[in-house]
Amino acid sequence: MQVLESGIGELIQPPDMNAFREWNRKHKNKALVDKMMSEQEAVSRFMFDGAYVGTELYGTVRCPMSLVRELIRQGYKDLRVAGQGVTELDILLATRRVKTLDITYIGNEVYGISANLRREVESGRVEKVVEWSNGGITWRFKAAAMGVPFIPVRSMLGSDTLKYSAAKVVECPFTGEKVALLPALILDVGFIHVHRADKYGNCQIDGIAGFAPEMARASKRLVISAEEIVSTDVIRAHPDRTVIPYYLVDAVVHAPYASHPGEMCYVHRRDEEMIREWVEEMKTPEGAQAYLQKYVYDPKNHEEYMDLVGRERLESLRYQKGGER
Amino acid sequence: MTTEYNPNELLICVASRLMEDNTTAFIGTGIPMLAASLAQKMYAPNLVAVFEFGGTGAILEELPLAVGEERTFHRAISATGICDTMETAQRGFIEYGFLGGAQIDPYGNLNSTVIGDHAHPKARLPGSGGANDVGSHCWRTIAIMQHDTRRFVPKVDFITTPGYLTGPGAREAAGLPPGTGPYRVVTSLALMGFDDETKRLKLLAVHPGITVEQVVENTGFELLFADEIGHTPPPTDEELRLLREEIDPEHLYI
Repeated sequence: MQVLESGIGELIQPPDMNAFREWNRKHKNKALVDKMMSEQEAVSRFMFDGAYVGTELYGTVRCPMSLVRELIRQGYKDLRVAGQGVTELDILLATRRVKTLDITYIGNEVYGISANLRREVESGRVEKVVEWSNGGITWRFKAAAMGVPFIPVRSMLGSDTLKYSAAKVVECPFTGEKVALLPALILDVGFIHVHRADKYGNCQIDGIAGFAPEMARASKRLVISAEEIVSTDVIRAHPDRTVIPYYLVDAVVHAPYASHPGEMCYVHRRDEEMIREWVEEMKTPEGAQAYLQKYVYDPKNHEEYMDLVGRERLESLRYQKGGER
Repeated sequence: MTTEYNPNELLICVASRLMEDNTTAFIGTGIPMLAASLAQKMYAPNLVAVFEFGGTGAILEELPLAVGEERTFHRAISATGICDTMETAQRGFIEYGFLGGAQIDPYGNLNSTVIGDHAHPKARLPGSGGANDVGSHCWRTIAIMQHDTRRFVPKVDFITTPGYLTGPGAREAAGLPPGTGPYRVVTSLALMGFDDETKRLKLLAVHPGITVEQVVENTGFELLFADEIGHTPPPTDEELRLLREEIDPEHLYI
């Protein structure tokens, strides 16, 4: 199969599917063992400098904020990040420790462009930016989840998004038409926040699942935070609802309101006032550092973050029982 | 006597009137959400709104603020994930797609990635998000843009989302699905389409109080003109009432 066009972006983590199989055999425990731990332990056990990390979310919804705040507290540097991101990647960029980006979208949606993205990329502190579409990056996770090195798609063709990606264009051996091949994306560490999990890591998500099923299967290490920890009986009563089975998971952290100041479908709405504070503070480097100090470094953990925000305030964001907003 | 309205209200009304009943539309954050909601209430009660992170067929009673939030699958037909919606578009199920951007060129190519050079950008913008997928797979895309010469440029700095690329046949030659491409551009000044032969932007109608000359002055390249330039009807009282009282009572967008 002849390669007709190659994106000039760097392939940040070339896929090695045999190594991934070996990894999954050796490092992913198939026994039902208790994986409950503190966020401090979960992050320190699996993170390292230069790690290739990803977070799963949509907009400000279900962002694994408590884990990202802990990741920032522990000070890892030279991070490589795969990202569709709003609040959690904006804050990670504010730390100035992101070195390379596989980017699809980083911004503040209704509140506009991410000032941190602008500062970090325009200054060159983020050294490499490789472009993808949302479909593209999700399909890259899907390829890894399928256990194959690439996936053919019809997105990105003809665009600079492809030119500045690490995709390739080939002639389809079956139809003779051009098709884009996207390389599988395997993360060193993935972070996902879910509605409920048992202590082994079996997870349920309510509402849309974004790209959690694919990313969970494409992560060498997967750290889960959950609004609620439930008994395995709850999981076994509705096995069709398990979007992430335990054997994919390396750590389970109990973290209610972990997405704050964003929202969690059916659980709590987003904190509009604190999102506005965030966006305002992030406009200047000084503001960004002040924000990090106040909301990330000063509270030692998620419990202290919740104290800082205020338990009553968090409670007031909750939807009433029965799904009424 | 027409009620006073602001520019965003006009954009939303013009976009919502383009939506057809009983079809599918890929909806992004912001103005397209308001337009889809207005369309469901006035013109297209059975419009199936598809949100990229997995919501299909939501009843848009309240305005979603984020593209994946709960209201994007409120009383929806299904709540799945991003692979499902993107693959549905790739299989040819999605008729309309809404797009925006910092720059647009005569062929409807859109830039939402960088201003300036990619390696050393003057301004780093958010990136494609779902836009490239929407622009690749939806049958007909509608771009919504502020209209000025900074945005309407002869050549975009970066093709984030393909329009007709370099002209007739270019999308197909690149491998994009045949029969897809830009359909309308709704701007703060006018409604535009694309010329069948040249695939270049063509002025179809001007908004109330706007002249053809103003449109030309605010466009950084040569425009084509429809044989007869129409006039966009102003927002009706009912459209404005729905927008202000039901769809965006907190005036987040309007």
